Amino acid sequence: MRERRRETTPLGDLKLAETAQLSDDFIRQLSAVGEVDVLVGIPTFNNKDTIERVVRAVQIGLTKYFHRERCVLINPDGGSTDGTPEIFKNASVSDFEIMLTSNPLRTFHRVSAPYHGIPGKETALRTLFVAADLLRAKACAILSPASLSVTPEWIESLVRPAYRESFDFVAPLYQRQKFDGLLLKGLLAPVVRAAYGVRIREPIASDLGLSGKLARHFLEQNIWDQDVTTFGLEIWMTTTAIVHGFKISESFLGPRIQPAPQFGQDLPGTIRQVVGALFKCLEMQESYWLPRTGSESLPTFGFQYDVALEPLKLSTKTILDNFRSNIGQLVPVLESILTPATLVEIRKMIDLPDKQFRCPDELWVKTIYEFAAAYHHSAINRDHLLQALTPLYRARVSSFILQNTKAPAAKLDQRVEDLGQEFERQKPYLIDRWSAKAGGER
Amino acid sequence: MKDVVLRSLNQTFEKLDDMLLQFLPHLLVMLIIVVVGWFVAIILKFVTRRIFAFVSVSKLSKDAGISQILSKADLPPAGDLFSSLVFWVTWFGFLLIGVDALGVPELQLEVEKFFLFLPQIFVALLVLFGGLLAANFFSRAALLAAVNANLPSARAISGFVRFIIILLTVAMALEQIALARSTVLITFAIAFGAIMLALAIAFGSGGRDAAHRMLDRMFPPSEPKKEEERAKQEEISPL
Repeated sequence: MRERRRETTPLGDLKLAETAQLSDDFIRQLSAVGEVDVLVGIPTFNNKDTIERVVRAVQIGLTKYFHRERCVLINPDGGSTDGTPEIFKNASVSDFEIMLTSNPLRTFHRVSAPYHGIPGKETALRTLFVAADLLRAKACAILSPASLSVTPEWIESLVRPAYRESFDFVAPLYQRQKFDGLLLKGLLAPVVRAAYGVRIREPIASDLGLSGKLARHFLEQNIWDQDVTTFGLEIWMTTTAIVHGFKISESFLGPRIQPAPQFGQDLPGTIRQVVGALFKCLEMQESYWLPRTGSESLPTFGFQYDVALEPLKLSTKTILDNFRSNIGQLVPVLESILTPATLVEIRKMIDLPDKQFRCPDELWVKTIYEFAAAYHHSAINRDHLLQALTPLYRARVSSFILQNTKAPAAKLDQRVEDLGQEFERQKPYLIDRWSAKAGGER
Repeated sequence: MKDVVLRSLNQTFEKLDDMLLQFLPHLLVMLIIVVVGWFVAIILKFVTRRIFAFVSVSKLSKDAGISQILSKADLPPAGDLFSSLVFWVTWFGFLLIGVDALGVPELQLEVEKFFLFLPQIFVALLVLFGGLLAANFFSRAALLAAVNANLPSARAISGFVRFIIILLTVAMALEQIALARSTVLITFAIAFGAIMLALAIAFGSGGRDAAHRMLDRMFPPSEPKKEEERAKQEEISPL
């Protein structure tokens, strides 16, 4: 089989392709493409409701902004049963002919094929990186198939910095609803900022741009069989790009609207995946971040504008009631993770009336750092540790919402910035806890 | 008469001499075995401790919550506890070999019985240790799952899981050492059956109201507003 593949494809080194176990059909389609300048990948799995819109936006984006480049749109599919690949292949823009006349595309290919292996984002992205390597793509963009707000301009915003400005990693920057993405704003981004020294606001983006060089670099890492790729490939890609000194930028994409979360995507599961992946990355890359101090902002592309998004009416009463009744029951578990002083502060929150309920930044940062260190020292089973974070996150979210219900967007941004600074200020505490001997003084 | 007494005494002392001459070497052998056993036990304790440190048993026991229980009971860490156990079992074994070397037939029989019994005690201890680990691990998993699902009786659920696993483990350990086998079996069956029957009755007719209230607390039925509220809260994407 190996020999046959080598003979039948005009593409060069197929070693990587074989590693990722690309299907014969996939390789055949890639062989017909040849080398490309821009590769856009949309990994899918049962996305029939949204895929057509995304494909059309990409088509228009490539036609409008990259009509002189050789482009390919690739759809690695995880075995959809709802006809997603067919919709992908047949999606077209009604006035595409007119657009082609004014902006003739040099070449534009569309490849869709199921990939081998366990369906999941890591297998799909690995397939895309292999394709980028085989087709010698200069720049890549990866888009979420579920986005309801994607526009043709997203392609320009994500590809241009990598293709024309020699950036390697282009993180998105969305306009979000007031309280959207609080785990991202309140934990993931500030920890990345404090630890790695980079103020990246969307460290786990599902829409991003990459240089071909970085795609190849990801592919060469000996990581693909580890847990971190299964649960947190996005955070690993971000931190790897930082650690290996690749040029990083942000591009403003506009509002981000996603479909309602699907069944099974519960909060404890999400925390387990993304926070677990972040802690795992901290562990794998400790030699980089431990000696680092301060942080730098990133160059940002794109014209930033505001769109009025419908505000959500939220109630925190149930969450607070649950926090009060649950936290006492969790004390035996939290005692293994947190220092007595932090635990005392958390328990004090139980007695606060709803309107005065606050989880101060200082306490939140200390809590997260103690969780990270406990994860590092395996103070208890790591899965259990991450699950124990959920009630505390809920309390923090409630506190943040109560504190900022009437705050305008600018003030909210300032609060997020203050939190980021607090994470930076307390970084020595993280290093202390992290470097302390397991089971050391508490 | 005097001669008879003296001869008799002489014979008795000669016999005693003979007995002492026969017994003293055995006693000496016993003492040597006990002293050598003590040294062997010390070495084994040291080796066990090193092996435990190498395979990170303390981490595993901390992971499963065993360390917490041991420290609450003022017991040393799992590795130290097990290596001490190895020391005492080894030394006790040598002590029995020494007793056996005395050559007293009745004692030899008992020692033989004990040695036949020893592997079962070891297996029973291992079963208990493993059971304790499993009980703590699964009870903590149940506690966290219940808390994150906002069930009101999280600690009760966790305690129940722990109780059932420990009950099963103790029954298995006693079964292993064949201690009152039928009594243990019957006790376990009765205890387990009683729990199930009590639950059945409670959820059936006997304690219908209480069961109703309990179910209401555990699975709030007619409060769509509360559920809606929580669902709404969680529908803000965390990412």
